[in-house]
Amino acid sequence: MSLVSIKDVRKSYGANEVLKGVSLDIKRGDVTAIIGRSGSGKSTLLRCINGLETFQSGSIAVDGMAVGDGKTDLRTLRRHVGMVFQQFNLFPHLTAGENIMLAPTVVAKEQKGEARAMAESLLEKVGLEGKFDAYPGQLSGGQQQRVAIARSLAMRPTVLLCDEITSALDPELVNEVLRVVEQLASEGMTLILVTHEMRFARDVGTKLVFMHHGLVHEEGDPKALFANPGTPELAQFVGGIH
Amino acid sequence: MLYQMNFGDLLPYWQVLARGLLFTVVLTLVSTVAGIFVGTAGAWARTFGPKWAGTCVSIYVELIRNTPFIVQLFFIFFGLPAIGVKMGEAEAAFLAMTINLGAYSTEIIRAGIQAVPYGHLEAGSSLAMSRWEIFRHIVLKQAFMKVYPALSSQIVIVMLGSAVVSQISAEDLTYAANYIQSRNFRAFEVYLVVTGIYLALAIALRALLRGIARAVFPKG
Repeated sequence: MSLVSIKDVRKSYGANEVLKGVSLDIKRGDVTAIIGRSGSGKSTLLRCINGLETFQSGSIAVDGMAVGDGKTDLRTLRRHVGMVFQQFNLFPHLTAGENIMLAPTVVAKEQKGEARAMAESLLEKVGLEGKFDAYPGQLSGGQQQRVAIARSLAMRPTVLLCDEITSALDPELVNEVLRVVEQLASEGMTLILVTHEMRFARDVGTKLVFMHHGLVHEEGDPKALFANPGTPELAQFVGGIH
Repeated sequence: MLYQMNFGDLLPYWQVLARGLLFTVVLTLVSTVAGIFVGTAGAWARTFGPKWAGTCVSIYVELIRNTPFIVQLFFIFFGLPAIGVKMGEAEAAFLAMTINLGAYSTEIIRAGIQAVPYGHLEAGSSLAMSRWEIFRHIVLKQAFMKVYPALSSQIVIVMLGSAVVSQISAEDLTYAANYIQSRNFRAFEVYLVVTGIYLALAIALRALLRGIARAVFPKG
């Protein structure tokens, strides 16, 4: 049974239809890389999965919870679906540690002491031990993004959505973030990444989704698809990158 | 003829001045706290609250910001008793100051709220936080950090504007000055001294506000 099930999802902004009937099944433990040109609808699709965007028709279910049907409380859903953003979106008035502790204490009502211990171990996990008291403004982009990953892990999500999480980083900082994601993948975390890091998609991904004009144009095993694209569009896209 | 200054004539009235000063200080502090509270609630209503609440707040804000403070004060003190709402000078002064600062600070704090990047709200939503939790834990402090200088200036303006309450015989610093010069006719000396006290008060208030910022807001 699939963990994330997307069926014939359509979404328009006015007359502009950006998702034209997208269907996708993602199993527990999958590392799914969604690639495609800008404007192909990949970020919109990702944002539909945790209800940041609404859609007009079709259905999305995460772990059996339907998204956007008005019955499932979005807050319940979001406790199981973490998200990391391109622009990090750390809260600048809180330290790295407080950023991580916020949702566990406010939403999950955990004790301060437990939340603090977890925040410290998560910071260690992303290679930032000792940065608990640093404010986001005192950290590099790569460090901020790693704190943001730790922050979403603090809610123990079933699936983690990553929306172009390395696109706003200086090239030399990309790898430190990808290493953390790779580690999560190796631990069995279900990941859905919208990414422009083709090598990462090929080497770490277990599933590749190529979106084109608001549709899933091609999907399958990353290594096979990169070696032998099934459609001229993917061939051109992959060729244009290398 | 040269005017012979005589500050000694003020000495017998030092207690009057001190009482006036104390009243002005307390009036400013209490109505600042209450006014910022009203402003925060108003700013919440205009950004995160239900539409009807936002509309009500808009009317309140426009009404107060487009009429003179002294008229608002007179309406509360002289007008309201006609419909049975009576209060003393001090209460009327506190109420008018709070309502006035509440309206101005609503607009200032609203601007701060709207300056918080939308991505931060989405990050909060993604962490399963409710709208209220997002406002309370993510937006509010950032908003205050952004508009703190504007808010500080408004508080000083309100403190200086409090001199107007002497017009309903609330016994503030300006009232004390009027009282003293009507007794000893030393208008020049009294108003010079009171001007100096207001100046010192404004400088002290700004220092206090800076100190609060240093204690409350993160550095860097």
